[in-house]
Amino acid sequence: MRLSAYVGGLGVLGPGLASWPETAAVLLGHAVYRPAATVLQMPAILAAAERRRTGRVVKLALDVALEATSQAGEDPAGLASVFSSSGADGHNCHELCQALSLAGREISPTRFANSVHNAAAGYWSIGTGAMAESNVLCAFDASFGAGLLEAFTQVAVDQVPVLLVAYDSEYPPPLHAKRPIPDALGVAMVLTPQRRAGSLARVDAGLTDLEFDRMADSGMEALRCAFPAARSLPLLGLLAARNAGGAILEYLDVSRIEVRIEPCV
Amino acid sequence: MRPLLLKRFTATSCIGTGVAASLETLLEQRSGLAICEFETVDIETHIGEVAGVDDGRLPQSLHKFECRNNRLAELALQQDGFFEAVQQAASRWGRRRMGVFLGTSTAGILQTELAYRERDPSSGALPSSFEYGPTHNSFSVADYVRLRCRLEGPAVAVSCACASSAKAFGSARRMIEAGLIDAALVGGVDSLCLTTLYGFHSLQLTSSSPCRPFDAGRDGISIGEAGAFALLERVPDTMDADSVLLLGIGESSDAYHMSAPHPEGLGARRAMQAALAAAVLDPADIDYINLHGTGTPSNDRSESQAVTSIFGPTTPCSSTKGATGHTLGAAGALEAVISALAIKHGLMPGGVHTKKIDPTLTAFYIKDNRRASVARVLSNSFGFGGTNCSLIFGRAG
Repeated sequence: MRLSAYVGGLGVLGPGLASWPETAAVLLGHAVYRPAATVLQMPAILAAAERRRTGRVVKLALDVALEATSQAGEDPAGLASVFSSSGADGHNCHELCQALSLAGREISPTRFANSVHNAAAGYWSIGTGAMAESNVLCAFDASFGAGLLEAFTQVAVDQVPVLLVAYDSEYPPPLHAKRPIPDALGVAMVLTPQRRAGSLARVDAGLTDLEFDRMADSGMEALRCAFPAARSLPLLGLLAARNAGGAILEYLDVSRIEVRIEPCV
Repeated sequence: MRPLLLKRFTATSCIGTGVAASLETLLEQRSGLAICEFETVDIETHIGEVAGVDDGRLPQSLHKFECRNNRLAELALQQDGFFEAVQQAASRWGRRRMGVFLGTSTAGILQTELAYRERDPSSGALPSSFEYGPTHNSFSVADYVRLRCRLEGPAVAVSCACASSAKAFGSARRMIEAGLIDAALVGGVDSLCLTTLYGFHSLQLTSSSPCRPFDAGRDGISIGEAGAFALLERVPDTMDADSVLLLGIGESSDAYHMSAPHPEGLGARRAMQAALAAAVLDPADIDYINLHGTGTPSNDRSESQAVTSIFGPTTPCSSTKGATGHTLGAAGALEAVISALAIKHGLMPGGVHTKKIDPTLTAFYIKDNRRASVARVLSNSFGFGGTNCSLIFGRAG
């Protein structure tokens, strides 16, 4: 069983990767990958009160979502969305667990409201005015694949354009030792059921038992392994090359996702 | 949308371990809420605690998953022949053709809260026995259930706060309709923890008395815990007339505030309208509405407005949270099972604990049980972040 969608725009932000065009240049071998700490911007779409409350993971998700929607020329307000993260806001979680371990157990109401896994999706909806359905998922290391399947089934079954946002950010110590995500990395793409003027490629996706692909470049492979959202890199490599081709993405232990792309010329 | 069959369903909450005990509690209009004596929690509130959760142990091969949330999942899986029904479905459809879609808001974070008390005094390190992935991570409960049931299709945790396990039905529906799977284990598991008890308390959203949805004096929620599951399949050619179908799903976002509902319930209205459209039904086709009805002043006010704007003031509705407490990420699945029981047994459960209905709320809230034919039920679930989901269930024949 194969599902199809057209990719209309992409967003990437991660260590040493400031945007989709920069990432594409690295994936094509036109630029050398230089690891550097992820630079997060304050989300322009949020009002001052909300900006103060947002942590790194929300900034990350909103940044890549905005890059993808603006590249696709889509009004974010009209898009359904799928947010998939392996762990949401690690710093906020640490602060809550820390406060709950102390006498008094006084925790900040804002921290508690921000502790929900769907915080980034909530801020996205508030910032853009999007009232369409928004689903928020977690599948630990398989979170990118889970988000991709959810977005593709939504495009195929409901025939609506969907924004997919996959993002992961670090925990501080002591949780960092138990879940060593090194920094922040996010990937977003706009998927549509029909080809549009700006569509980059048609992507077909399905489940497979075949072994998943790794990245030839050691820097890119290290990223792919370090961030669940970067399990998307073999697909991003195909989209950067804009040639017909296929790749197998890591997903659950017992299944992988085969993607094939057909560029829109 | 194409309707789906609830081939089997089960629920475990403070009103009962399994559906027979839960139904009996609803028929007797009792509540499972009691004064909070959970762990070391020092808050004046009532909670819906499931008895005996920590008496059980997980199978040895899955011992890394040991935490209250997965123990509640295991307890719930073993009721009403649900685990056996899943195994029968797996032998019929194939393990690769069955997916797992579970809602949770906090998964096993209690395990992390406890581990923070055991940090090494000099290094600050967490104890070596602490396992993050199989307990704290939101996926842990979906991972546990898929490994326990040996299902090999897609698996995911849906974590949209208190709408999580209602929205899990949406993910399962899309995947079945897309043809990636033939059957889905859908549901929700959320268990008591300090984060939610102290968190809702910090927002002044917990009541000191048992919650009283739609009461003029309502002053907050009572937190509960639950595990509830349904086995979803395509509608077969023949089935019993009293089989329960999932007829419609509607989802929306408020685009308004992180922890407060839209004052006029615009997002809620949009979700209910979308569910009716998906089911190709008119408002008059709904016999009973199981409300989100948390018992906070703002939720009940905005939900009542949204319900009345679509259904008018005559469709009976109630919240079962006075009986079960607000089971957060499990509420959608628990109330889906209560909706199925309402249809099978002709029961509109009255809202327990509610004494004087708020006269400013225009929805037709029922305090006492009604026994009548119930062909179709709409169930609402809303969550922080302004996420909304409405489900419609109906009798097959």
